[in-house]
Amino acid sequence: MAVPAFLARDRIVAKPGFNRWLIPPAALAVHLCIGQAYATSVYKTALVEHFDASLTAIGIIFSIAIVMLGLSAAVFGTWVDKNGPRAAMFTSAVFWVSGFLVGSLGIYTNQLWLLYLGYGFLGGIGLGIGYISPVSTLIKWFPDRPGLATGMAIMGFGGGALIASPLSRQLMNWYDANYDPAVAGTVPSGNAVAGLFLTLGLIYLVFMMFGAFIVRVPAANWRPDGFDPSTVKAKSLVTTENVSANNAIKTPQFWLLWTVLFCNVTAGIGILEQAAPMIQDFFREGDTSTVLAATAAGFVGLLSLFNMAGRFVWSSTSDYIGRKPIYMVYLGVGIILYVILATLGSTATWIFVLTAAIIISFYGGGFATVPAYLRDLFGTYQVGAIHGRLLTAWAAAGIVGPLIINGVLDARGTPGQLVAGDYRPALFIMVGLLAVGFVANLLIKPVAEKWWEPKQTDIPTTAAEPERSTVR
Amino acid sequence: MSTPASRTGEQATTHTPVALIAFAWTLVGVPLAYGLYNTIKAASALFG
Repeated sequence: MAVPAFLARDRIVAKPGFNRWLIPPAALAVHLCIGQAYATSVYKTALVEHFDASLTAIGIIFSIAIVMLGLSAAVFGTWVDKNGPRAAMFTSAVFWVSGFLVGSLGIYTNQLWLLYLGYGFLGGIGLGIGYISPVSTLIKWFPDRPGLATGMAIMGFGGGALIASPLSRQLMNWYDANYDPAVAGTVPSGNAVAGLFLTLGLIYLVFMMFGAFIVRVPAANWRPDGFDPSTVKAKSLVTTENVSANNAIKTPQFWLLWTVLFCNVTAGIGILEQAAPMIQDFFREGDTSTVLAATAAGFVGLLSLFNMAGRFVWSSTSDYIGRKPIYMVYLGVGIILYVILATLGSTATWIFVLTAAIIISFYGGGFATVPAYLRDLFGTYQVGAIHGRLLTAWAAAGIVGPLIINGVLDARGTPGQLVAGDYRPALFIMVGLLAVGFVANLLIKPVAEKWWEPKQTDIPTTAAEPERSTVR
Repeated sequence: MSTPASRTGEQATTHTPVALIAFAWTLVGVPLAYGLYNTIKAASALFG
């Protein structure tokens, strides 16, 4: 599928002297926008009342978006690698913004299916393409610090929710004077949410287009000053070879890493999904929790901060200690923390908060480190496409994680009467999942030579369609 | 923190204006700071 000339990869090859520090803000401009997907809870109740629908019917909008994220990242990954980051960011912006505009129309005209189509389907495609769009470009610009580079971008996805939540409340307050976010129980009108969608769509259009037009790809044979690729090879799991996306999914390494990501994300979602009620249930005396609703909201905010910070800090740390060891920390220390949470979490608030916050930082770190892990194993040739296919683990975890936690809690009692002990079975299931992920990570070895692409000049940075491997 | 690209081949060189880099970082940094401020404010209820 050809793209217009102004979007073509050839048009954005950087000339010598280009400063690579312009690339991270280009990536952030996209990820900060699509990270809004994690802030949908701020208008969920308003949509329930506007459409007179169930929570499940409204929740489906978000579910469609996340499923489309996984599918579009997997399906369009090769297209993204071939056509470059500008075409990908531009396309992502068109889909993401169209999702908001169609969704806004759906709210104005009271047609829920338009929200499914708009925010869910179209927006979800924008999410998937946007999420992977800057990753391979950043890895190529920062071969000396791939973890730091992808950590910066994927931190933006976590940061997007931090921006969108307060901004959405403020905008809905402007569009509906009766809605006051500071007063518990007030709900914005449907028209205020429609106005919010319209406004966010226009803001995101400007930001994402800015990212698309400043992004560049490095020229052939480009290396950062003072960078010696042979020093990277010194680490055992880091390859200087390249594996195509089609071949990567035939290797055990891909599926082991898929298992690692799936287990890490599922375990993290177990806490994220239930954060506010969980802290209240852990510190309950009779029917009353000793933790106020405002304090529980503060806990959710703290988790968001650790989620975002973990993406940057742990991913950057992986550049120094290696990708496999950092996942041993995420999964191994995660097991210990989950056991502490299940057994000692209800004894003191600080134990509960600290362990949950570190677990969530590992959850974010797992997302941000995985592109660099893929680069280490499969090279840079089609790392974006491989990353896209790996993100199906996220979509799967997004279904399984909530099923585990909600299934266990439904079986143990009713919301508002649950206590710490009711969470234990779910937490120990997460311990088991982390153990599976830990073993999967231990089993990851370098990719066999038969999957390597034939040697040629500078596949990683410029070639859109290099000669194919004979191994299929 | 600037790391200019190494010169390769006979291509003309370019110079990325520092002002453009500063503008780009400001454009993404200001909203992020706004989000961080609001989130920290909300999280402070946990310790209040």
